[in-house]
Amino acid sequence: MARLSANNLVTAQAIIARYPKPRSALVPLCHLAQEQDGYLTQDAMGHIAELVGCTPAEVYGTATFYEMFKLHPVGKYVVGVCTNISCMLTGAYELLDHCQASLGVSVGGTTADGMFTLEEVECSAACTLAPAVQVNYRYETNVTPQSFDDLVAQLRAGQRSDIPQHGVLATVRQAVTDRWADSGHTEVHS
Amino acid sequence: MTVRADLTKIVSGRWDVADAHTLDGYLRTGGYEGLRRAIAMQPSEVVDIVTGATVQGRGGAGFPAGNKWHFLDTASFPRWIVVNGDESEPGTYKDRILMERDPHQLIEGALIAAFACKASQIFLYVRGEMAFAQERIATALNEAYAANYVGKNILGTDWSVDITLHWGAGAYIVGDETALLESLEGKRGMPRPKPPYFPAVMGLYLNPTIVNNVETLSNLPWIMVNGAEAFAAIGSEKSNGTRLIAVSGHVKNPGTYEVECGVVTFREVFYDPSLGGGIRDDNDLKAFIPGGGSAPWFFEEQLDMALDPTLVGPAGSMLGSGAIVAMDSTTDMVRACWRLVRFYAKESCGKCTPCREGTAWLETILARILAGHGRPEDLDLLLDVSDNISPGPFPGPNVTVGEPAYAPFPYKKTTICDLGPSVVSPLMSALRRFRPEFDAYIASNTRKFIGVASA
Repeated sequence: MARLSANNLVTAQAIIARYPKPRSALVPLCHLAQEQDGYLTQDAMGHIAELVGCTPAEVYGTATFYEMFKLHPVGKYVVGVCTNISCMLTGAYELLDHCQASLGVSVGGTTADGMFTLEEVECSAACTLAPAVQVNYRYETNVTPQSFDDLVAQLRAGQRSDIPQHGVLATVRQAVTDRWADSGHTEVHS
Repeated sequence: MTVRADLTKIVSGRWDVADAHTLDGYLRTGGYEGLRRAIAMQPSEVVDIVTGATVQGRGGAGFPAGNKWHFLDTASFPRWIVVNGDESEPGTYKDRILMERDPHQLIEGALIAAFACKASQIFLYVRGEMAFAQERIATALNEAYAANYVGKNILGTDWSVDITLHWGAGAYIVGDETALLESLEGKRGMPRPKPPYFPAVMGLYLNPTIVNNVETLSNLPWIMVNGAEAFAAIGSEKSNGTRLIAVSGHVKNPGTYEVECGVVTFREVFYDPSLGGGIRDDNDLKAFIPGGGSAPWFFEEQLDMALDPTLVGPAGSMLGSGAIVAMDSTTDMVRACWRLVRFYAKESCGKCTPCREGTAWLETILARILAGHGRPEDLDLLLDVSDNISPGPFPGPNVTVGEPAYAPFPYKKTTICDLGPSVVSPLMSALRRFRPEFDAYIASNTRKFIGVASA
């Protein structure tokens, strides 16, 4: 797949400029690459290494540490069913069983049409609205087998424009503003 | 009755205001007044006010924010403020709401901290999975920059500071402050040993750095407007202000509530109509987690204890991140214990051997017990592995009602950070109190539950 596109390169350089050291932009740039391609490609990791001044292996070694970076293609919608304590207590495993049967895939699998990848995830911070599911990191709460099936039907029918395709995280970015001084600045107050 | 209906809402006061997340809504409800007051003072005066208020850190460790700031070397620059918004403790659900519903309050709190600590830049680290919070903060930040609350020559003064919004990418361990700094440097989020890497001395890029939790900083605007004395007047003598608690599990009204520190009891948390509202189906409470998945469990004997660290610690647990999880009489304790242990096994960063190997083995052994392949010697093996991660008597209440705590909090550890010993909390809690349930699994050797890979 691809290195960062010309447009994304401009965004990448704006992100890098926000940090005193370029390497700090590594994780945000991996998100940018994943937004572009739907997953994190080897070419993109090589490009990020050039941009932040490290080796491709260091980008790979860092990216693989974090759950959200996918090194292989995934479905358009990554469905994360939380099964941690509060969700488990309210029936998350029974829900997960239903999700597997309903989508026809096991945890970790992607449906044949490339629409859904099913994951069992750790605490999504929606414990008081358990059981919780995230679709591309958008919340669905108090999920029942019926509401899950409805959600899947809506996604298949293209009726959930509020949930972007996998890779797109926040749809609002911090605007590009010049840092008020170079990273060499020191004392603010005399 | 100690649940006050008229309690001043310090951090959640705008949750009912529909447009509180916008600059207009925030300004209309008194927003940025605390910042205006702060920048009219000397930084040292702001430090004194926050120190005087005694804001115990709301992230988990409970270290007072003002005291933390005093660790900064007075002559060393540049220095940084890092906001820890990587909330991932099982059961915890407060920082996300603060970021989504009142992002300007957090930005203002971070600005006050940056002014007090003479920081050059603020990094706002938001958990990767919280896309909506990232959007709300990005929008708020763009508004705040445009209105000159952030950036160069803030509100016409000679003070300038930038805020950088940073997204994480999914790793519980990054909630540890030193791991968070590693992550912010573009590396794997593995904790650094303290000493020597105390963030206030050798933090981000080895510069002095203050890492504060989202809720902690969200208290600062109110304190600057209303004063340290007004803050200290709320709560108990040793535990000031309010704190957010997320009540989940088997309660009738799960939710995130702001309660007075050190006053409200666990019984009220679960049974008061304005809070938990009772246990599901009016069942009995079997056990509860008082402060996130890492906290040793409490039982009915602790129900009348107030949410005060000076009481909870000696009793063997912690208030941690304010996550309170109820488990009713129908709960299978072996399964609940396994699920929490599995969390730590998955999230161990792999840096320290006792945690990397130990958490995985604890999970494997528990999974085989659940799968009906348990061996009689497995329970001793679990204790042995636990002791290698956290030596000595592990904190927790005594199994015998009326006896003093088995051991007070905190635990000892053979690891750099607290993730390792955290795995022992659910295990030791369940094993000490509900050992017959483990024995029954091993004796019956039948697979009972779905969702467990056979070992």
